[in-house]
Amino acid sequence: MRVALFITCFNDTLFPDTGRAVVRLLERLGHEVEFPLDQTCCGQMHFNTGYQVEAIPLARRFVRTFAGYDAIVSPSGSCAAMVRDYYGRLGEIAVEEQGDTALAEQVAQVAPRVFELSELLVGQLGVEDVGAYYPHRVTYHPTCHSLRLLKVGEAPLKLLRAVRGIDLVELPEAEECCGFGGTFAIKNADTSMAMLSDKLRHVLDTRAEVCTAGDNSCLMHIGGALSRQRSGVRTVHLAEILAATEDDARV
Amino acid sequence: MSGPSPSFPESARVALANTQLRRNMGYATQTIRAKRALVVDELPDWEELRETGRAIKESVLRHLDEHLEALEQSVTRAGGQVHWARDADEANRIIAGIVSGHGATEIAKVKSITSDEIKLNEALAARGIEAIETDLAELIIQLDGDESSHFLVPAIHRNRAEIREIFLEHLDVDELSDDPRELAEAARLHLREKFLSARVGVSGANFAIAETGSVLVVESEGNGRMCTTLPPVLISLMGIEKVLPTFQDLEVFLQLLPRSSTGERMNPYTSVWTGTSEGDGPQEFHLVLLDNGRTAVLRDEIGRQTLNCIRCSACLNVCPVYSRTGGHAYNSVYPGPIGAILTPQLVGIHAAESLPYASTLCGACYEVCPVKINIPEVLVHLRGKVVRHKQAEHSGWRARLDPEAAAMAAMARVFSSRARYERAQRLARLGQAPLARRGPISHLPGGLMSGWTAMRDLKALPQRTFREWWVERDGSRADA
Repeated sequence: MRVALFITCFNDTLFPDTGRAVVRLLERLGHEVEFPLDQTCCGQMHFNTGYQVEAIPLARRFVRTFAGYDAIVSPSGSCAAMVRDYYGRLGEIAVEEQGDTALAEQVAQVAPRVFELSELLVGQLGVEDVGAYYPHRVTYHPTCHSLRLLKVGEAPLKLLRAVRGIDLVELPEAEECCGFGGTFAIKNADTSMAMLSDKLRHVLDTRAEVCTAGDNSCLMHIGGALSRQRSGVRTVHLAEILAATEDDARV
Repeated sequence: MSGPSPSFPESARVALANTQLRRNMGYATQTIRAKRALVVDELPDWEELRETGRAIKESVLRHLDEHLEALEQSVTRAGGQVHWARDADEANRIIAGIVSGHGATEIAKVKSITSDEIKLNEALAARGIEAIETDLAELIIQLDGDESSHFLVPAIHRNRAEIREIFLEHLDVDELSDDPRELAEAARLHLREKFLSARVGVSGANFAIAETGSVLVVESEGNGRMCTTLPPVLISLMGIEKVLPTFQDLEVFLQLLPRSSTGERMNPYTSVWTGTSEGDGPQEFHLVLLDNGRTAVLRDEIGRQTLNCIRCSACLNVCPVYSRTGGHAYNSVYPGPIGAILTPQLVGIHAAESLPYASTLCGACYEVCPVKINIPEVLVHLRGKVVRHKQAEHSGWRARLDPEAAAMAAMARVFSSRARYERAQRLARLGQAPLARRGPISHLPGGLMSGWTAMRDLKALPQRTFREWWVERDGSRADA
């Protein structure tokens, strides 16, 4: 299977370790990973903030860059959902605004092949035990777009339960949004903080040392506050936990 | 809804600082949420019911003109009178005219959000007519000079100790505990008199049936039934989207509504009436059909699903934003996620441009909506309209001065070429140097991003991007 890594601009720039973990993990499982260097940003921020017309060239770029792969994997639930669930709408806007029908056709080809990491592993590759070792107390936050747009369901938890050495604890009110919401955290900073306060309380209640999720954007929001409070709890992307082994447990 | 109201972030900031409100809202929304989840989970065909509800609504909206004309004929045939109101002013004039025509100076009202939408009470007061709210929560709000903050539980932001205070101040009682039964009894004594003296009753309508001309009001207290049966004249006000084709459609909606709204299997008081009957109930019935922006909503292919709404308020209770800020922060008769999409479409995007942004797009509202309104989809669609509206209004240099628009344009340009993108990554790393000397960044200078570091540290950019690592690794693999 030709698997392309869609790293997302956010991870590429801010969380390169997550991308390296995806590569290490998939190669360990015997897959070859390709990284098309022409990829930049999927346009989620533009689209969700109301700059949909501005996101059209980014969608065109995406479908061009990722055409021809069997599967496209992303360590971000929200960016994967942007492509799979909302590129169709961008295709419609391209028809309405610019009379361009090509984007919609290309989206129909490429978008269904985009998977968030846990979906690819459990749903497409059929693995739950990836041979990981992670001797830490961990709680999992199901991010909203993984949960409600992609509907990844139990996949991340199945993967985590199979990790050796892990002490996995349930997060209370896990399905409640953390308050990030992209530009929401900036435009509605006060409400975002009120939501974050509750999420932090639940994370701290678990006495976990690590909070994990399938999206570094939500984790940056939660982790930024955990760091500010010097709480002694850190955030780690799911991919990095799955990539860790007895021989290579640096994360 | 005239004049500029404060934006959602401004009002939310005030609401969030009110610790009593936070506690009341948190407790109430969690309780209703849990009740709803319980009674929804026990129905094996819930998803089919939702889909049927959505499909009926979609079909009604497609042929709305035909259903409304059929409704008018049925109501008239049954002895009622139908009035068409293009907007709030027209509806208020019609209702005030009927009340004055009977020489009445007082009306008994059952909770109607649509009457709040047209500001009926104020319009009647200006003509010397007093509207008495008979719903317990509406009464609390009215006595306190407050405004509703929830469709179903208008005083959700109050607890019983606060309600006791309000009653002691405004009702004719000397002693009162905060026992819910005692509070309800005090309200009951106050209201009974009003029911018996009022000569005109005013209600909203949950549904109206085109086939039979029947109108339905669904409530939990029995006050609605008093309003719709005791006064000799009854006026019902409804938005044109509330019509259903046949009586049998109620089979679906009377399952969806109580379970979604109050978490009850069956609604306690469901009043249905068809025109007038001699010697029984009101002898004069008027149905006022209100447009007030709804046909404009119908024209928008994505926005029109908003009119599926049956005002159950499940989306409010489950919303992480609403359950913290409460309803007043929305500065809109319709609060919460549904208000964030309905209000901007009814009053015009320019008059409510912060509302479509009052959401993290978490999708919890869509998941619980009994008529499957894809609220996040409409929110994003309306955000697009806000941006377009701003771009049209601030063309040229002013558009370039808007910090958000400028940032979005700059980023779109950066992401449009690999070379520009990689250059921007390197520049950002250089640019952060003064901020990130040691450890995480805990303070960003003013501007767009300073809200972030009010509560959160910002991770410093790493020394190497992923792609730099990849290119290096590829190079070393090729060399090997």
